[in-house]
Amino acid sequence: MFNAQRLSRHFRLAAAAAVALAIAPAHAQGQGKIKVGLMLPATGTFAALGTMIENGFKLYVTEQGGRLAGREIEFVRVDDESDPAKAVDNVNKLIKRDNVDVLVGTVHSGVAMAMARAAKESGTLLIVPNAGADAVTGPMCAPNIFRSSFSNWQPGYAMGQTMAARGVKTAVSISWKYAAGDEMVRGFKEGFEKGGGKVLKELNLPFPNVEFQALLTDIAATRPDATFAFFAGGGAVKFVKDYAAAGLKRNIPLYGTGFLTDGTLEAQGADAEGVMTTLHYADSLGTPRDSAFRLAFAKTFKLQPDVYAVQGYDAAQMLAVGLAAVKGDVSKKREFAAALRAARIDSPRGVFTISPSHNPVQDIYLRQVVGKENKSVGIASKALADPGRGCRV
Amino acid sequence: MDLTTFLIQCLNAVQYGLLLFLVASGLTLIFGIMGVINLAHGSFYMIGAYMAFALTPIIGGAFGGGFFAVLLVGTVLAVLLGYVLEWAFYSYLYEREHLQQVLMTYGLILVLEEVRSLLVGDDVHGVKVPPILDGSLPLGDMMTYPVYRLFISAVCIALAIGMWLVFTKTRLGMMIRAGATNREMVQSLGIDIKFLYRVVFAAGVAIAALAGMVAAPVSSVYPGMGSSVLIICFVVVVIGGIGSIKGALVAALLIGVVDTFGKLVLPSASGVMVYLLMAVILLWKPDGLFKAG
Repeated sequence: MFNAQRLSRHFRLAAAAAVALAIAPAHAQGQGKIKVGLMLPATGTFAALGTMIENGFKLYVTEQGGRLAGREIEFVRVDDESDPAKAVDNVNKLIKRDNVDVLVGTVHSGVAMAMARAAKESGTLLIVPNAGADAVTGPMCAPNIFRSSFSNWQPGYAMGQTMAARGVKTAVSISWKYAAGDEMVRGFKEGFEKGGGKVLKELNLPFPNVEFQALLTDIAATRPDATFAFFAGGGAVKFVKDYAAAGLKRNIPLYGTGFLTDGTLEAQGADAEGVMTTLHYADSLGTPRDSAFRLAFAKTFKLQPDVYAVQGYDAAQMLAVGLAAVKGDVSKKREFAAALRAARIDSPRGVFTISPSHNPVQDIYLRQVVGKENKSVGIASKALADPGRGCRV
Repeated sequence: MDLTTFLIQCLNAVQYGLLLFLVASGLTLIFGIMGVINLAHGSFYMIGAYMAFALTPIIGGAFGGGFFAVLLVGTVLAVLLGYVLEWAFYSYLYEREHLQQVLMTYGLILVLEEVRSLLVGDDVHGVKVPPILDGSLPLGDMMTYPVYRLFISAVCIALAIGMWLVFTKTRLGMMIRAGATNREMVQSLGIDIKFLYRVVFAAGVAIAALAGMVAAPVSSVYPGMGSSVLIICFVVVVIGGIGSIKGALVAALLIGVVDTFGKLVLPSASGVMVYLLMAVILLWKPDGLFKAG
């Protein structure tokens, strides 16, 4: 009984503390700082991507003199380690302990889903600067959740459309059997079949298995007009090299989403030459906006920017648009969202708008590997909007 | 599947199996003979691959040597590394429980990954196939088969024969086998068992590193590559019977076949096929196919 009493007293104390915490930010809002919680990978496989996103975000804030909508920006950082198992703890640190006004993150889709769930519950603003899981702006969509990057469906669909338009009649798809792979292949199939193409086979292997030889032999035996592939990082390097080594590149052209050749060209060497991919960004776009951004980024960080840096930069731009509309009062979520829905974001990738489910409506570029660059050879799909399936805002 | 395709797939299966054997044989040596659960085995594979990447320009620049010089230097460095690690860490583990071995070797994985990150960074790198082996053979009208993959298979077969010879035909092999069966008895016969273990461990590390170096041109070099081979290595060792080189070879080939055809016949279950195979074999023979000793 003693224990029960103690417990209940503890509980009341905890409840009181929780209420106090919940009230605190309301007092804090006025003309104080805006607290931005950056939840990005600082260690692990995606560490480099996290750094690029953070640099991009900070570059925009610095360009605005360290203030957005007249409010000083303060950063709180958590390393999410790209570990979904720690995601809930990590995001709660930012929401409950640090009381951030805005969450920005992350690279890994599994971690981003946990962030979206937490943001949906707490109502904290969330801007996703990379993770492409369709669900973030699909079934998980919410008035306070936004994305500055892409949905997995987008580059896949654009490539399907493009391949059909280029006269490819039959194709085989190959990817890892996990969410991102499935979603890109689904997008590809939708676009390709709408254009009259036929997917002969959907090959896949468990993540992160990179023993492709059996499946390459299967592709050769199936004899499609072309192959559509999604792999990333080390797997993408090995796939492109194995595809060329198996002699398939000469007979069956290789297409894929941008991740197949992004950040991997150094390692892929000549085997990647000529491979065509789709993505919402490309090297040497040559627009004044992009050139200015690239110059500023390279000057500030002594690093060449990439698509992740652009996504980070645009996450900050989106935050600035929203904050300006609500004059820094992040509790006005409807007005914040309405402002973004009406906005045209002047991104280095080109101008984009925000769809009803809060995903970028953007041009998807068709790129070809030339030397060590993913050179844009045109637009694969103009102002492509994710269908936002399952989203009810 | 027509006959040609089937034969090519068989070739793929054997080739993958031999590569698995190359990676796993060092583990079965260390695990079976010394009784140490060495989780850091994958890291030695990773070190080998990174050596192939990092040493190529250095050695090429200094001595004008090609890929084979890199293999030689890399193997010597790996032997030294193994020798030092055994002296500094592993020699304290023989009498300890498995849990402590797991803890220490897991710690070593983290340390080695971090050192790799500091020295080489986190980017993905490629290693060029040596020019002599850069050709390919036509297979049917669609495909070609890279000569380098045949070279890998040849290295694996040479290693398997070499290990078999050392174990069964030499005095050293006899001492090692005796040491695995009864450490104290061998010691009381006047054989320096500590030195013997150090040699075995260094050889295990060198084989893993050699596997990494040989595989680097086809697998590319990336962070976390060590952990990607570790689990499958343990599967090979457990199926084959702990400590048995012959078992490791048979198990590796078996896994090669099951994995290759599993991907084609049952693509949705290809991730679990290898583990199903392991479960079935362990039900049938709880000690693996060929238990040593």
